[in-house]
Order: sequence, then structure tokens, then C-alpha cells
Amino acid sequence: MASVSTNEMKAGTKVLIDGDPYSVIENEYRKPGKGQATNTLKIRNLKTGRVLEKTLKSGDSWEAADVEDKDMQYLYNDGQFWTLMDPVSYEQIQAGEAAMADAAKWLKGEETVRVTLWNEAPLVVYAPNTVELVVAETDPGLRGDTATGGTKPAKLETGAVVRVPLFVNEGEKIKVDTRTGEYLSRVGK
Amino acid sequence: MRPEALWRPSASIAILKARAQLLAAIRAFFMQHGLLEVQTPILSAHATVDRHIDSFATRDGRWLQTSPEFAMKRLIAAGSGPIWQLAPVFRVDEQGRHHNPEFTMLEWYQPGYDHLRLMDEVEALLRHCGAPDCRYERLSYREAFVRHAGFDPFVLSAQQLRAQLGPAGIAEPEQLDAADLADRDFWLDLWMSQHISPRLGQDAPQFLYDFPASQAALARVRDGEPPLAERFELFWRGIELANGFHELSDAQEQRRRFLADQAWRAQQKRMVPPYDAHLVEALAAGFPDCAGVALGVDRLLMLLTGCARLEEVLAFAADRA
Repeated sequence: MASVSTNEMKAGTKVLIDGDPYSVIENEYRKPGKGQATNTLKIRNLKTGRVLEKTLKSGDSWEAADVEDKDMQYLYNDGQFWTLMDPVSYEQIQAGEAAMADAAKWLKGEETVRVTLWNEAPLVVYAPNTVELVVAETDPGLRGDTATGGTKPAKLETGAVVRVPLFVNEGEKIKVDTRTGEYLSRVGK
Repeated sequence: MRPEALWRPSASIAILKARAQLLAAIRAFFMQHGLLEVQTPILSAHATVDRHIDSFATRDGRWLQTSPEFAMKRLIAAGSGPIWQLAPVFRVDEQGRHHNPEFTMLEWYQPGYDHLRLMDEVEALLRHCGAPDCRYERLSYREAFVRHAGFDPFVLSAQQLRAQLGPAGIAEPEQLDAADLADRDFWLDLWMSQHISPRLGQDAPQFLYDFPASQAALARVRDGEPPLAERFELFWRGIELANGFHELSDAQEQRRRFLADQAWRAQQKRMVPPYDAHLVEALAAGFPDCAGVALGVDRLLMLLTGCARLEEVLAFAADRA
């Protein structure tokens, strides 16, 4: 099994600790002039998202995690699984609910999504940073209110609910930042 | 993250001008003080066997220096009188916010000095170079632990040093072996690097002196209870800037320490370079009472210019060298 030494660990390096895959966020090297050096590693658990810190003696290592990020095409959801396709090999794989947790509500089908694969199975699926979706349901805008900054909830065609300005109407297409869930703009016809 | 063009320098041109000024100030200081500037080989048939410093080996079986100390002490033994040098030095895998595998060392030796007197001269040099113009506090290794950790480092066992980590919020390294667990110096180093040194020299630089005899390196050990290594370090804003010794002059003891470090390295399955036999011979030929110090010039520049990372003061840090 391949291992990664502390001096090879950089932001984004994937390691396996107690059976879970982690991504290195920061690697801080400390060394007393004539003494034992240590590396303090800030790492994110790729299954739970939890961030923690661990210290290793410099030169020690962790097992490398077989984790890669790949752009794939999201095809459809059959109610239980989300099917993704490798645009190069046309190979299809299925992601379960845990991997889709944050992305599902932004996806219609046909989008290109970033998929983190662990042992070739999808661990996390990321929606595109911004998506353009049609407003399916929202209350009619209030008369004359354009610039006061008021917002109202709007349900999008994928089922996601976002706060939109009062002037946005049903049937209009809007652009949303999926990382923050914030409305960005209306999209011209 | 946008990738930065790697052909570009790591340091700004303004910082490179500050570097040139610092080098000029250092040279002026030693000329005023009457020390002889020397140059010694960067490439040697011998290397340090220090347990925690690894040397680069060259294809022809030689070694890049990690410090010019051995060659400079041979000059001292040959009667050079006080000498100083700015030298490029190399250390494998030392890479981080305050480390670069290649850096610039300022090193000087003063026959007739002990470590206390040399501390005064280090302070004078720093003040001359633009560091805070005041008296720097001298704190013994014991006092530093008592002040910042609340215990006497000379009385606690390895186990007790380890047990104190948790309450102080210091993370214990993973994957430790039995040798680490039983090694007092391992735990003292951890306390030093994670807890004590970040608190040293926060206002003005601070000296730390009289180390445990087990951390003497090339310093002489003064008898007493406990025996103490006549060694000092200088810290500024939590960063170690210099390490000095009242130099060991006993050839037999020097050889014994080299052999002990080699044995430790062999047992740890680390590379075991040949120790500098010429140094042992030089000490045997007669070595004057002497103190010497090595100071990291890049770190000093980083602190003088208010930079946060060492690479900001290097023309080309290791990632683009």
C-alpha cells in the first residue's frame, strides 16, 4: 500500500486514517534547532466533513487514500440512486444519498458535476458553483417595491428553496450560488 | 487558487534590497570588531551526525554542509583567532513557514569567550542590524519552563512530561514507538517547539541558556546538580534565530558524542554519515577556550522586515529554486 510522508503532504493530499479518507488542508512544520521535528496537520474527513488536527513526527507517514476528483455528467435519479457518467469512457456509476446530500437539490440532469471518488465509488458530489433554474412557485411581487432589498422564498424547479428579491416572478429563470444558496441574478430570456 | 508564475522571485525587489543592506550591516559589524572573514568548503567528506539534522549526500560520496562549524573550528585550532563567515547551508526535508532546505547561516567564533560573553555580542549585532535597541532578557532553560509551563524540566520523568501535555492543550504525536515514549528529550523538544518557544521573545528578543546536558550538542557541560550544557539559543517573536556554544574542546568527549549519535542513527535506521575525524584531531592538537554561534540570516531578515514566511525573503524559495 502506498504511503505519504509528512514532507509530501500538501493541501489537497488524500490520506487514509483509521479506515476513513481525509484531505490535508494545512501542514505546519515545527522544529527546535537541534531537536525532533513535528508536523501538525489540519485534515478534513471526506465522509463527514469534520476538520481535525493531528501531529506526526516529521518523516512518519499515513497510508495514501485512493481518492480522486473527476468531472462527470449527472444523468438521472431513479428515486434511490443518482446516475453519473464518465464523459470520456461513458462508464456509468451510481451515487447514493449520502454523497448527494448537498448537491441533489440543485441538479436537473445533464449538468457536469465534480465527483470525489474513493476506491472508484462516489464519496461526495458537488453541484456546479452556480446553476440557472426556473422559479416554480413564489408569491406575486409586492406593488412598486423594487429597490428596498426585501426578499421572499421561491421554490425552484428542482425543489430547492431560495430567498429571492420581491420582483422575481414564477416562470422566470434565476442564477443561484450553490455554495451559499444565495440568489445572484435573473437570467435574460 | 490561481497558480503563480514560478519563474518569478519569491521575494519582492524591495525585500532583496533590505537583504543587501542587512548583509552590508553584518559585514560592517565584524570589520569594526576585528574578526577575520573566512570561507570554508561547502562540500565535505564528512557530515554532521546530529540526530535531528540530515545532510544532502552527493553522487561522489561527499556531503553538503549543514553548518560551517567543523571547518571553522579547525581554523580556530590552527590559530586563526576570531573568525566569521556567511555560508550557504543545506538540510534535507526542512521545509515550512520558517524553514527552507537551503538557507544562509552567519557563524562566528571568539577565542577566550564563554557562552555568556558571546550572548552579549549577539545582542550587539542584532541591535546594530535594526532589531530592538534594548537589553535582551536572559532566561535559563529551567526558568523558561517554570514561567511558561509551570514545572521544572529537570525533575519530571518522560512519563510526567507526557502526562502534562493534555492539560496544556498540546497534541501528542501519533505513531510513537517505545523509544520515543521513554526519551525525556523527545518530550522536552515537544514542549519546547509546541508551547515554550512560541512564547519567547514576544516583545524584544530573548536568550535561552544552560540547556539539559542531554542536549549539549557540541557545547561543553558544566558539572553540577544537574549538570548543564553551556549552550544558548536566541528567540524573537517565537522564532529561533541563533544557537551558540561554549565550545567543547575535549577530543575524546567529542568523539564519544559523535559515536553515540551515529549509534542512535543506526538504531533508528537513518543514514549514518562519517563524523568529522579532522575536527577530533584538531581538538586533540589543542583547541583554545572558545565560544561560537550560528545565526539564521534569512529568519533575521524576515523578522526585521515584518514578513510572515521565510520564502518572502528568499530570492527563490525551494519550490522555485
